[in-house]
Amino acid sequence: MSETIKTDVLIIGAGPVGLFAVFELGLLDIKAHLVDILDKIGGQCAELYPEKPIYDVPGIPYVTGIGLTEALLAQIKPFKPTFHLNEMVMTIENVGDPLFRVSTDQGKVFEVKAVVIAAGGGSFQPKRPPINGIEPYENKSVHYAVRKMENFRGKRLIVVGGGDSALDWTLNLQPLAKRLTLVHRRDEFRGAPDSVNKMRALVASGGMDLKIGQVTELEGADGQLTAASVKGKETVERIECDALLPFFGLTMKLGPVADWGLKMADELIPADTGTFETNIPGIFAIGDINTYPGKLKLILSGFHEAALMAQKAHHYVHPDKRLVFQYTTSSTSLQKKLGVA
Amino acid sequence: MPKITFLEHDGTAHTVEAEIGSTVMETALRNDIGGIVAECGGSCTCATCLVHVDEKWSPAVGPPSSEEEDMLDSAFEVKPTSRLSCQIKVTDALDGLVVHTPSYQGR
Repeated sequence: MSETIKTDVLIIGAGPVGLFAVFELGLLDIKAHLVDILDKIGGQCAELYPEKPIYDVPGIPYVTGIGLTEALLAQIKPFKPTFHLNEMVMTIENVGDPLFRVSTDQGKVFEVKAVVIAAGGGSFQPKRPPINGIEPYENKSVHYAVRKMENFRGKRLIVVGGGDSALDWTLNLQPLAKRLTLVHRRDEFRGAPDSVNKMRALVASGGMDLKIGQVTELEGADGQLTAASVKGKETVERIECDALLPFFGLTMKLGPVADWGLKMADELIPADTGTFETNIPGIFAIGDINTYPGKLKLILSGFHEAALMAQKAHHYVHPDKRLVFQYTTSSTSLQKKLGVA
Repeated sequence: MPKITFLEHDGTAHTVEAEIGSTVMETALRNDIGGIVAECGGSCTCATCLVHVDEKWSPAVGPPSSEEEDMLDSAFEVKPTSRLSCQIKVTDALDGLVVHTPSYQGR
């Protein structure tokens, strides 16, 4: 078991609201780590609309999802947050008054005085293709992610999809695999042109196969695949395989949040509108994941919630310190923290 | 106002009024039509508002843009008449439109 990471606050979710929480906590001398299931910072802004314009962030007439993420990262830089990406929080245990032990699916354990859930719509998880009887094969011979390439050495692989994930794993696994077949619904690929060219060259030289169609049927037993059927325009082809790797992008699922003992309402967490604390003292919910009368799922609402949350979190992290409200425009002490005074 | 009929995979039919200029996805959400998730809220980035346009109506609705066609790669059981409903704008010409919603949008 790895060493326990001790810090003030753990923020679950590195979207815009989680990032701004670092700022508001930082002004009150509260240190934070962030955990996010995505491999990048920015949450929905990075995953769903990196290039799409956002028009309703106060004071910023126009910004893209990536632009807002970068601006927030610059804003919180003085507070040196630590990010744990590609990780999902699995459990939260109340072990003190308040003290929480939080563990992730990668075996990390945090000990913190407060937990801030800024998880948006939950966790982004791979879309599961609607193939009859796929469940028993999942995580045995159907994989939605590649954790260890070595596990696929010498195997007959089918990769499904037309984006960068499908193409990248095709190119990475092709040299290891006994035989690799890429299956895609059309003979056009939205992935990086360079990857598409490399894949096409491999197909031309006989190093791999490309089939146009959709996987409709699986064969095998006890979770071990032996073949898959690919339905093309006119024909159905049976391809023998040891593993299937579908890459259809991500979708939001609530995930483990429901198991943390919090009061829930329609997959959302009710929060107090003065503190954004949940029914468990020391656990806060801010941004799209919370609910209260009049709630609007807007980034600007999440920013407001982060500011109020930090005031209450201060009680738990620095119980002996009196909190004096200050403005960044006039307070030398805040300006020192921001590195501008 | 133009009328749109949504046919769910189990055969349930809903005929609703649609505002000109809104999208077929928005019309579905406003009327609590099953089978439309619209996770990204209409940004053409999630492919969870897939519909199969009725063959009769497919020519009037037209083909997807190349951006939308790319996004269809992340949908399931895509047919030649499939579209993302957030990318279909309601016009007078679509009065009477019939679309089929799938049983599964990937979540």
